[in-house]
Amino acid sequence: MAAAFDEMKGHDGDQVRPAYGELAQWLKEVPPDVLDYRRREAELIFRRIGITFAVYGEADATERLIPFDVIPRIMAASEWRFLEKGLTQRVNALNLFIKDVYGAREILRAGIIPEDLVFRNPAFRPEMNGQRVPHDIYVHIAGIDIIRVDADTFYVLEDNARTPSGVSYMLENREIMMRLFPELFSRHRIAPVENYPDELLASLKSVAPLTTSKEPTVVLLTPGVFNSAYYEHSFLADKLGVELVEGRDLFVKDEVVYMRTTQGPQRVDVIYRRVDDDFIDPLTFRADSILGVPGLMSAYAAGNVTLANAVGTGIADDKAVYSFMPAIVKFYLGEEPLLKNVPTWRCREEEHLKYVLDHLPELVVKEVHGSGGYGMLIGPTASKIAIEQFRAKLKAEPKNFIAQPTLALSTSPTCVEEGVAPRHVDLRPFVLTGRNGVRIVPGGLTRVALKKGSLVVNSSQGGGTKDTWVLDS
Amino acid sequence: MRIRISHATSYRYETPPKSVTQVLRLTPRNHDGQYVVNWRVEVSQDCQLHQQEGAFGNISHVFNAEGPFDELSVTVAGEVDTQDTHGIVNGAIERFPPALYLRETALTMPDPAIIDFAEATRTDAGTDTLTLLHALMMRLNAEMTFDTEPTQVETTAAEAFAGKRGVCQDGTHIFIAAARHLGVPTRYVSGHFYRENDTSAQDAGHAWAEAYVDKLGWVGFDPTNAISPTEAHVRVAVGLDYLGAAPVRGTRYGGGGETLKVTINVDQANWQTQSQSQS
Repeated sequence: MAAAFDEMKGHDGDQVRPAYGELAQWLKEVPPDVLDYRRREAELIFRRIGITFAVYGEADATERLIPFDVIPRIMAASEWRFLEKGLTQRVNALNLFIKDVYGAREILRAGIIPEDLVFRNPAFRPEMNGQRVPHDIYVHIAGIDIIRVDADTFYVLEDNARTPSGVSYMLENREIMMRLFPELFSRHRIAPVENYPDELLASLKSVAPLTTSKEPTVVLLTPGVFNSAYYEHSFLADKLGVELVEGRDLFVKDEVVYMRTTQGPQRVDVIYRRVDDDFIDPLTFRADSILGVPGLMSAYAAGNVTLANAVGTGIADDKAVYSFMPAIVKFYLGEEPLLKNVPTWRCREEEHLKYVLDHLPELVVKEVHGSGGYGMLIGPTASKIAIEQFRAKLKAEPKNFIAQPTLALSTSPTCVEEGVAPRHVDLRPFVLTGRNGVRIVPGGLTRVALKKGSLVVNSSQGGGTKDTWVLDS
Repeated sequence: MRIRISHATSYRYETPPKSVTQVLRLTPRNHDGQYVVNWRVEVSQDCQLHQQEGAFGNISHVFNAEGPFDELSVTVAGEVDTQDTHGIVNGAIERFPPALYLRETALTMPDPAIIDFAEATRTDAGTDTLTLLHALMMRLNAEMTFDTEPTQVETTAAEAFAGKRGVCQDGTHIFIAAARHLGVPTRYVSGHFYRENDTSAQDAGHAWAEAYVDKLGWVGFDPTNAISPTEAHVRVAVGLDYLGAAPVRGTRYGGGGETLKVTINVDQANWQTQSQSQS
């Protein structure tokens, strides 16, 4: 694997890239103990405001702090403009794909995607078949994971079209950076992200059902305090100025959703739901769910409520479907995709599987329906034993896996034990789609692998976050 | 044959519920082998019934009844003209291509025992789909003891097959699991069955499977009775499994001590016999 591209110093490492000019200068000037002091201060603030997440499968620590790195990741205005165009294109294609899959199924008829990949996919919801959703928008909030390998090449690593999380970190990271490093902000012109809640609320209101008579009522539906992202749910509800509700706070009567309030039932028009499809309505999906709202799907079918994101969007972020994204973009938009897809071997196909089994030590292998960095193999850093164990898993259920080359994610200067050193990063911008099109707050959540050489940025696997700056030119 | 059906689902509550919400899939639709002459759905409590067409083309009714009440009953009744089509179902409302019905569900996931059973049947019966499906049905009927002692609604195909006994729902789930494993699109049908020699009240609806056979289309297989559906079968709803075609799915807020009684009468309309349910 070649040396990674560094966001600050490029490939060669001798010349500072223009966007990082001021920061490089500042890093030279600032005494190491000051940086370290500020780092500890940041941690203290995070602890005080209680921004935590839960790690599944760890009994001792239910809530944990995500490490925050005080050195921002910076993008030039021109770089962002390119990403913005690419993301808009991608999310438009995702929406058209989902509408088609639950409607006319033209992409299946055209033979571009194999029927069984959709029909037998657990993320496909037959219950959504033939159902229109308000304004034909399915993915209102997408988190598209982007990695960079050189100055001009960005890849989409993953599309998150269900209930992507992490935006609260984008907002908190910015707030803390402004508090800790006012002098850095005065030396840069940085595009704001604070308007994200306003943009989100405007998007959500814009997709209210046509039957909504007046100002739409929006609520945020959470599974409750035991969910790993509960902090984010309450944070966002607060920023949006909408009610944070659980399933039991809502009910359906005559195909209309109501919220129980102290003043009596109040009609709900838009539900920003952070409850998974499986649990959202026990009369349609899992009968044992107590997190959902009985009859919700009947109100949805009647067109009286908007669910954001729609039910069944998981079919678009399935990793096997992901490998078809370039074809999906071309099929619906007639355009070449601006953002590249990582070359992907689908282990469900015999030839692909053979290649993957022969090249395991070079590849990254992921579960098709996995997320959060669980259950994956990173060939180059895995032990021989781990590779052999994975080989057995792969042979047993090949259709559950895809494989990709190990890409050299770009690095960004990061504050670590030994001082400031390059660490691998990715970027999750949050793409909002409303009735009037796509809006993206400049930036997103930069995740950083704090361990030297590590390529896994997931917070559940020891990754941290950074503030992401898009420079106003 | 003109079949007259009445299907009553009655709940009694020791503690009255605050409200009850139910989704009903109790209304048959037409296809070449059946014509719905008349049909009505009644709920004993004050509420609005909202009719919708579900993703699989079934008619569903949703209602929300506000309590408190001590009892609630849902009654459907009507008459359906049926014809024997040798089990072939033409002219039904199809919302999916057959390939969807290869999809596995939690209730129809085949375990090694079902896989062995399916493959052994294929070894003996050969690869002609229709012959294979008939063999599957006959073997299943021979191996399973069908009794009316209800298993749980959440009993999976694998569990029922391991116990070698169950109700029509279980036999249907096993048939579906085995047929899908053999690559044949198969679906669950809930409906009614007219028993010529026994017109006493039934305490559950009937269920069977439909499998897609090239050149023929959808063909019914009733493992409980070891026959393909005849004019004695009235088809009400289809789905991937019981949960997708369930006659009633419901929930209630508050209340308790619920007892449920189902009374179904299936009879020939012109025979004018009367049947009474014993309570």
